[in-house]
Amino acid sequence: MAQDDRPPAAAPESLLAAPDRASQSQIDAETRELHAEYARRIEAGERLPRTMYDFPPYRSSILRHPTKDPKLVDPETIELFSPAYGQRDVAAIESDLTLQHAGEPLGERITVTGRLLDSWGRPLRNQLVEIWQANAAGRYIHQRDQHPAPLDPNFTGAGRAVTNDAGEYSFTTIKPGPYPWKNHVNAWRPAHIHFSVFGSSFTQRLVTQMYFPGDPLFPLDPIYNTIRDQRDRDRLIGVYDHDLTVPEFSMGYRFDIVVDGADATWFEAEEGER
Amino acid sequence: MTDPITVRPSVPPRTLEPTPGQTVGPFFAYGTTFPKKHEVAFPHSPGAIVLGGTVLDGAGAPIPDAMIEIFAADADGSVPRARGSFRRDDHTFTGFGRAFTSDEGHYEFWTRNPGSVRGEAPFFAVVVFARGLPDKLHTRIYLPDDAAALAADPLLASLDPAERATLVARREPSGHLVHDIRLQGEGETVFLAY
Repeated sequence: MAQDDRPPAAAPESLLAAPDRASQSQIDAETRELHAEYARRIEAGERLPRTMYDFPPYRSSILRHPTKDPKLVDPETIELFSPAYGQRDVAAIESDLTLQHAGEPLGERITVTGRLLDSWGRPLRNQLVEIWQANAAGRYIHQRDQHPAPLDPNFTGAGRAVTNDAGEYSFTTIKPGPYPWKNHVNAWRPAHIHFSVFGSSFTQRLVTQMYFPGDPLFPLDPIYNTIRDQRDRDRLIGVYDHDLTVPEFSMGYRFDIVVDGADATWFEAEEGER
Repeated sequence: MTDPITVRPSVPPRTLEPTPGQTVGPFFAYGTTFPKKHEVAFPHSPGAIVLGGTVLDGAGAPIPDAMIEIFAADADGSVPRARGSFRRDDHTFTGFGRAFTSDEGHYEFWTRNPGSVRGEAPFFAVVVFARGLPDKLHTRIYLPDDAAALAADPLLASLDPAERATLVARREPSGHLVHDIRLQGEGETVFLAY
């Protein structure tokens, strides 16, 4: 299709609301039905991705998921490497989201610590970890966020860290609030922190979300439920760890991340700062 | 002489389950931006070209909230191992770039034509993220110039001509590359699993 034949671009904010305005019970029924169907297909020997691309309860996925299966290929050289990072690529202050402004942000201060591992349990060192999140009131600083909760002048909600020799990262931040969105009527996202990691091979690239234990919104959230299996969904829930809790300062959560790649990633020498 | 394949050790079983992916969501821009993120090569420097195109949904509408990443060899075919993608110094080539689509669904990089080491068809490794896309998608953008190398490429050879066309960029008279990415529908881009 030539550039000129394309429909004019809609204002991006207008795309955030699903047109059908479904009820929560409708979304719940669709979710249950799809999870049951996936379980049947797995039982019948079909291979399905852990995160389903075609998941209609997440309304904006309807026109944005590929309809064909991905082609299985052997990774070529460039795909078995990833961009190089080192401890010097991010400033230490970038991992403390509570220190980026003149004052302290409002909310429950937390530390989130974990290890970045490959499928064989090997720690991945010198890897970039990026996070972004809403503030304690559930508001993102992004200009397209229409949620009328207050912005916090002392909180941006973006951080970066590079893993150490043990593959560990650590962030200090505040616990994000649940966030209302327009997928359906009365849709609320469980509190979450977005994570982006690279791994030692470009095939391991991962963007995911960390959730908090015991959130009553889990069964109601279409995005969390794009992951078809409960055991996989559980892997995205940070673990409260009292040993990580700092007395009179912050609550501690542990969130380990495992990146998968092709078999060939087994052979790759560990990348690091040299 | 021993075939090197036969002496290669086998891959041991995986011991950990991978962390599943989730959508990048609508508000990734402030969390994943950095200065000159789409300037893999310094604009207008020798050998620098623009690689750009539109990301489209199943209705043919542009996607204004997608994030595209590329990683590719340098012009001599070498794999970039230099750091500094997030702190560009305007001369070090790290091979990695990130671009957000505009309100018209357009993404754009300044970069170099990746080279070939052993005559293999050069390409950009690409990852696509978007609001409404529940997990990442991998694809490749091949350079259109070397017909023999493209014909010999194992992935391209396994595709029909229409599929193959979704992975090969178009060269403009300016030397720039144009390549649209269609997440769904007619001309759906071929995506990859490893």
